Amino acid sequence: MPKKSSIASLWCSLRLIVKTMCDADDFTIGLDEALSWIDVERHAVTGEFEVERGYFYTTCAAVQNGNPIYWDDAAAEAITDGPTAPLTMLSAWFRPHYWVPGRDTIPLPWQTHFDLKETLALPEAVATDSEVVFGEPIRPGDRINSVETLRSLSEVKSTKLGRGRFWVIDCVCRNQRGDWVGTETMTGFGYRKG
Amino acid sequence: MHDSAHNHLTFADVTAGDELPELVHDVSATTVILGALASRDWRPMHHDRDFAQQRNGTRDIFMNTPNQAAWLERYITDWAGPKARIGRYKFRMGEPVCPGDRMTFTGRVESTDIDDLGCGWVALDVSLVVANVAKTRFTARVALPVDAQDNPWARGAARWRP
Repeated sequence: MPKKSSIASLWCSLRLIVKTMCDADDFTIGLDEALSWIDVERHAVTGEFEVERGYFYTTCAAVQNGNPIYWDDAAAEAITDGPTAPLTMLSAWFRPHYWVPGRDTIPLPWQTHFDLKETLALPEAVATDSEVVFGEPIRPGDRINSVETLRSLSEVKSTKLGRGRFWVIDCVCRNQRGDWVGTETMTGFGYRKG
Repeated sequence: MHDSAHNHLTFADVTAGDELPELVHDVSATTVILGALASRDWRPMHHDRDFAQQRNGTRDIFMNTPNQAAWLERYITDWAGPKARIGRYKFRMGEPVCPGDRMTFTGRVESTDIDDLGCGWVALDVSLVVANVAKTRFTARVALPVDAQDNPWARGAARWRP
């Protein structure tokens, strides 16, 4: 017997397929609803684990980053007043685990991006631009909270990928004390192929 | 702390028009997958070639956004040293970077300025190039020490305007 969340997920997928098949040229599907999200905070998330140094090393190893503030405690103490996370790991701290016992669906970071795909009946989407501004350093033991806001939704555009709309989403991140640690802004393009 | 193994640029060492040294790296499947998992990005186009080809229409798996950012961070601090503190960056991904690509980072100092809080900033233009094609273009605003005693990391929120 499938659980309710599995049925809901299947229903969402079916709805998207049916919507898209109904009228491949109708780009007004869900538009009013999506426009109502502009400048409204959505999907507040608390990171599922505390910031930890194991990921610092893996990230630095992945790009062969030998910056001593990430490898040498004395350097970290002298320069950054103790260990800090590599700056560009900001989004890692609020991305959900791939699997958790008892959870049937995988939550997605940038949930607004996926909500827009579904609501606007745009089956494919890519991230095209990324901008990040950094505030207070993130340190081991921090717990990062994030909240998303849709900033804009474009007219229908044609690209070599297909026809669709661009959107801009801000994700503002704070630590457990409420200090601002960074804002990531993602530009996405949701589209129908061809 | 001033080790000799790393660069330690100060604001005075940098002039608009300076070129950053190139960084060359041969991208493998490990580069892509390790970078994706390190950034906790489980999306299949970064580890499953069939999915990437069939759903994304790319020739292979490709580097994810945070991994490209991590390469940018490494490129900047290799050049400037550990006291360099990135305030912001922005980039546009034109074409995917896949296993088998030899990526070359090139960079240039576009401008320098000291803000009214006394923080020294450099604006960088950086490109990730594969086979003479700029796959990703970055801009970054990076704080450098204004002198040997200064440390941008010591700036709290009230003195930090990235």
